Amino acid sequence: MATFKDFRNSVKPNWCPGCGDFSVQASIQRAAANVGLEPNDLAVISGIGCSGRISGYIKSYGFHGIHGRVLPIAQGVKMANRDLTVIASGGDGDGFAIGMGHTVHAIRRNIDVTYIVMDNQIYGLTKGQTSPRSAEGFKTKSTPEGSVESAIGIMELALTAGATFVAQSFSSDLKELTAIIQKGIEHKGFSLINVFSPCVTYNKVNTYDWFKEHLTSLDTIEGYDSSNRMMAMQTLMEHDGLVKGIIYQNKEKPSYQDLAHGYSKEALSKADLKMDEEKFNGLLAEFM
Amino acid sequence: MVDQLSWKVGGQQGEGIDSTGEIFAMALNRLGYYLYSYRHFSSRIKGGHTNNKIRVSTKQTRSISDDLDILIAFDQETIDVNVHEMRDGGVVIGDAKFNPVVPEGSNVRLFSVPFTEIANELGTSLMKNMVAIGATSAVLDLPAESYIEVVEEIFSRKGAKVVEKNMDAIRKGAEFFNEAAGGPIEGFQLEKADGKKRMFMIGNDAIALGFVAGGVRFMAAYPITPASEIMEYLIKKLPQFGGTVIQTEDEIAACTMAIGANYAGVRTVTSSAGPGLSLMMESIGLAGMTETPLVVVDTQRGGPSTGLPTKQEQSDLMAMIYGTHGEIPKVVMAPSTAEEAFYDAVEALNIAEEYQCPVILLTDLQLSLGKQSVEPLDFSKVEIRRGTLDLNAEIPEEEGGYYKRYELTESGISPRVIPGMKNGIHHVTGVEHDETGKPSEVAGNRLKQMDKRLRKLKNLKFNTPVVKYTPNEEADLLLVGFNSTRGVIEEVIPRLEAEGIKVNHAHLRLIHPFPIEEMKPLIDSAKRVAVIENNATGQLANILKMNLGSHQKIESILKYDGNPFLPSEIFNKCKELV
Repeated sequence: MATFKDFRNSVKPNWCPGCGDFSVQASIQRAAANVGLEPNDLAVISGIGCSGRISGYIKSYGFHGIHGRVLPIAQGVKMANRDLTVIASGGDGDGFAIGMGHTVHAIRRNIDVTYIVMDNQIYGLTKGQTSPRSAEGFKTKSTPEGSVESAIGIMELALTAGATFVAQSFSSDLKELTAIIQKGIEHKGFSLINVFSPCVTYNKVNTYDWFKEHLTSLDTIEGYDSSNRMMAMQTLMEHDGLVKGIIYQNKEKPSYQDLAHGYSKEALSKADLKMDEEKFNGLLAEFM
Repeated sequence: MVDQLSWKVGGQQGEGIDSTGEIFAMALNRLGYYLYSYRHFSSRIKGGHTNNKIRVSTKQTRSISDDLDILIAFDQETIDVNVHEMRDGGVVIGDAKFNPVVPEGSNVRLFSVPFTEIANELGTSLMKNMVAIGATSAVLDLPAESYIEVVEEIFSRKGAKVVEKNMDAIRKGAEFFNEAAGGPIEGFQLEKADGKKRMFMIGNDAIALGFVAGGVRFMAAYPITPASEIMEYLIKKLPQFGGTVIQTEDEIAACTMAIGANYAGVRTVTSSAGPGLSLMMESIGLAGMTETPLVVVDTQRGGPSTGLPTKQEQSDLMAMIYGTHGEIPKVVMAPSTAEEAFYDAVEALNIAEEYQCPVILLTDLQLSLGKQSVEPLDFSKVEIRRGTLDLNAEIPEEEGGYYKRYELTESGISPRVIPGMKNGIHHVTGVEHDETGKPSEVAGNRLKQMDKRLRKLKNLKFNTPVVKYTPNEEADLLLVGFNSTRGVIEEVIPRLEAEGIKVNHAHLRLIHPFPIEEMKPLIDSAKRVAVIENNATGQLANILKMNLGSHQKIESILKYDGNPFLPSEIFNKCKELV
């Protein structure tokens, strides 16, 4: 059986020392091993940005796509081969700015893909511009006087879009992050895991210390029930979205693959493509 | 007796104009006539003038005719808009309900038949279309019983009574006309057809059928005119083969989802029209860079922007050849008949996998939506070739554990594996990369990988890149076109020949890479070249000039008002040229 080391390769990440993304990478590798995957059972699809490079740093099938399109690519992979475990990952700009349309629709479509967002509230690779997760007033190169736009409450938005698995974590808590990713992989349907992954170079506000101070662990909220959508919404609003843990999970709803009419239980990638002649002639006759 | 006729039905959109044409055409198809139809419609569901023009012939025909023999009008507007097309002595049959009149001086015969009233007497005004069909049959002297098979197919699930009522409507329409006109009208009786069974289908049906036969198991697409029928057919059929279709949130998602699924080993397509293709361009570049097979259908319509969404145009050509930033290997195919559209859909899938690159299957609105007779398709010609992909391959473990998915080879085509295969792990990225897919900006590697990708199509094997009619070693005139103009050009050629003009015809079925070898001798041996296309800037003519020179003898015949060419328009321009 594969261990997390089998999911390592020799590529040295081009992330800055101290970047939150390192522990997301390590958590994915550990979670993959924990759920019993072999490297060739896993496809990591990633977007564009610092975090988007992650597909190249994990020993598995990897597809580094184009900016904002990680989710449609990942959904296509899963539809083609339902036996694969598909992890999609990218940054908050990739998923919640340019790719937001796909994020909302992937959530409501509920194809079995685990989407891990490395949320640093800033554009890193383009050297420090505002992101849709930047707080109002946040000063960046593109908002020198402070951002006047509201930050997206992504967890709240996911709940209203019909998400079946919504979780949030923090990259300095490797153990919890690994456990959540593992649960996301095991979830039958789309899982959204937003990870606060500090940018040590361009974001001097939302630092490791800032998150430690502001994040509330759901474990500390007495009677918190992650199957209760209303409680999830209320808790998020009470804490301005700054909670960590599994916020909401609907274990009852079947995934898209289980609902799609006629969709094969076998991986489509293994299907025999040749049609028999009688069937072919039947199709022609429909036009006569 | 005549060997061909043109018939048109018109009225308000949503009034059953399409189905009137459909029933008429289906019945004649069963009798073995060749049919070709053109739908005039607008981007709305109810209201506004619409018409369906149908050519009936004892020979294969893929063009609308210059004139019109019979016009069925459900409102006065239909007469006002279309009467100028009528030939002298043509027949106009209008619903008595609106007191039809024809403009003074027009040499047509007008008959007022109470379509609506007869239908109402039979129980519902909905059947006015059937009354009109009956009146048509009387003109042509076709027995009402010719329709029974079709009427049964359409209405039998509503019960035998409904079938009988509709047949009654046809019979009553015929009776009324015969009484009013005193029998069939001379010069409107068609020679007997050969009675052979043929398909009657739109180009989009043919493409969709080709995809199903060619092993497509997944499609991601977004609705758009005039492409949606491809998606709708696959939605109906793919579940029978375990496959499915996802209607995505936009065309960017459609294209990237198709790329993801192709990467993971499933023949996946998407289809759209100009606006959707514009959105897909970045992703098409991704498919080129990552060497992922991808077939995208572009059903051209009037541009730019939203343009003329329900009208004919061929103005996406340059965008399809050059679209996406940077340089990638890409194939652009352009079938010109529904039959070719079927075989080319299958072949596009093979080429995409063999050469690991995007393939654009280009059509235009008139090919995509114009319904035409198609000889039964040949099952033995449906091949599935997946190139270097072998799903059962045992892959030896490579040092470092990474598979050389982008191995530098002489042909430029690398071995291909799909996710899930043991020892096949590699990385895929739109960033320049090395043989294992690891990002690399090293200049030497860049050149090697770029050259590798671009040399893949140097030896593209393509059966019949140019459909040729070349009876003359030296031609006064070479006519060149692509997509649906084939039929109208073929119609014009005998007329030009009758004038003593030596005409050759080349219809491009492969547009990119441009078939220089095939086209050069044809251009060289022609005194003049007329490139016929539905756009304003002569895009194909420019591509010809770019690849072959000969600027001084290449002329353009253009039409970009939203309508397909009429034979007379091309005929007149050609005569001016020689």
